[in-house]
Amino acid sequence: MKFGIVVFPGSNCDEDCYHVAKDLLGCEAELIWHHDRDLKGSDAVILPGGFAYGDYLRAGALARFSPVMESVAAFAKKGGPVLGICNGFQVLLEAGLLPGAMQINRGLRYVCRDVHMKVENDATPFTSLYPKGSVVKMPIGHMEGNYTAPPETLAELQRAGRVVFRYCDPEGRVVDSANPNGSADAIAGICNREGNVVGLMPHPDRCSESLLGNDAGIRMFESAVAALAAAR
Amino acid sequence: MKVEVRVYPKEGVLDPQGKAIAAALGRLGHGGVRDVRAGKVFFIDVSGSDAKAVEADARKMAEELLANTVIEGFDIRVVQ
Repeated sequence: MKFGIVVFPGSNCDEDCYHVAKDLLGCEAELIWHHDRDLKGSDAVILPGGFAYGDYLRAGALARFSPVMESVAAFAKKGGPVLGICNGFQVLLEAGLLPGAMQINRGLRYVCRDVHMKVENDATPFTSLYPKGSVVKMPIGHMEGNYTAPPETLAELQRAGRVVFRYCDPEGRVVDSANPNGSADAIAGICNREGNVVGLMPHPDRCSESLLGNDAGIRMFESAVAALAAAR
Repeated sequence: MKVEVRVYPKEGVLDPQGKAIAAALGRLGHGGVRDVRAGKVFFIDVSGSDAKAVEADARKMAEELLANTVIEGFDIRVVQ
């Protein structure tokens, strides 16, 4: 199992993802520079958090034109698992690999804290090890995480079970006070129609070992390993 | 030629920045402010002298990059 982690100019969680894949899971992992069109035989691709291209124009807007994104889109089209974390999620939205768009947080501030999320879809390659309906705590750190989409897109996401994570309180209640950024339908993460492309604002890479006080995130990476093993 | 592309939140899309600015204007005593939508303007200098072609090109630029058409609208003005 090999994780390919894309590095845009301005990515800053690439090494965190690499550490999780390589050091914590003992998988193969490789950092892939955004000018590279070769995914180097990756079985799963991660677009990490950070500020690709300084978030100029809009978060993710310029990164989507990086040469590597053509390969990522082709990989995703073939069913390859792709995970976008935070800025990586924003890139997936701008690239049209996931529907919708991000706006500035409703509080107009950068929010950096732990949030709780309810697992709404346990059928993706990145969430299969979380029981559906369970509550997971992960940290967020973003300025533009206020997910929005046209009403028909939101309805389709809901109908097809494509909302993967929803912000909730520690007891699992999806209430407005637990929504850190104003996201439509409390959406923290979604997937594409086929389920192999997943994006979320919270950071599983920042909570993947008990040394950090929380290892809830590692199951996203372990899910990918399990999904690949099952597919072989 | 110079062309301006204005990009702004679509009507009906919640604009947290515009709302905050409207509230701030109200606090400054501008009681008549009903609504603000905040966008951005791109001043673009392009070669070419055919205003129609320049406008068509600017439209492509807006659709491809300058605006996120999921949430933003745009308009184009060829200046000279």
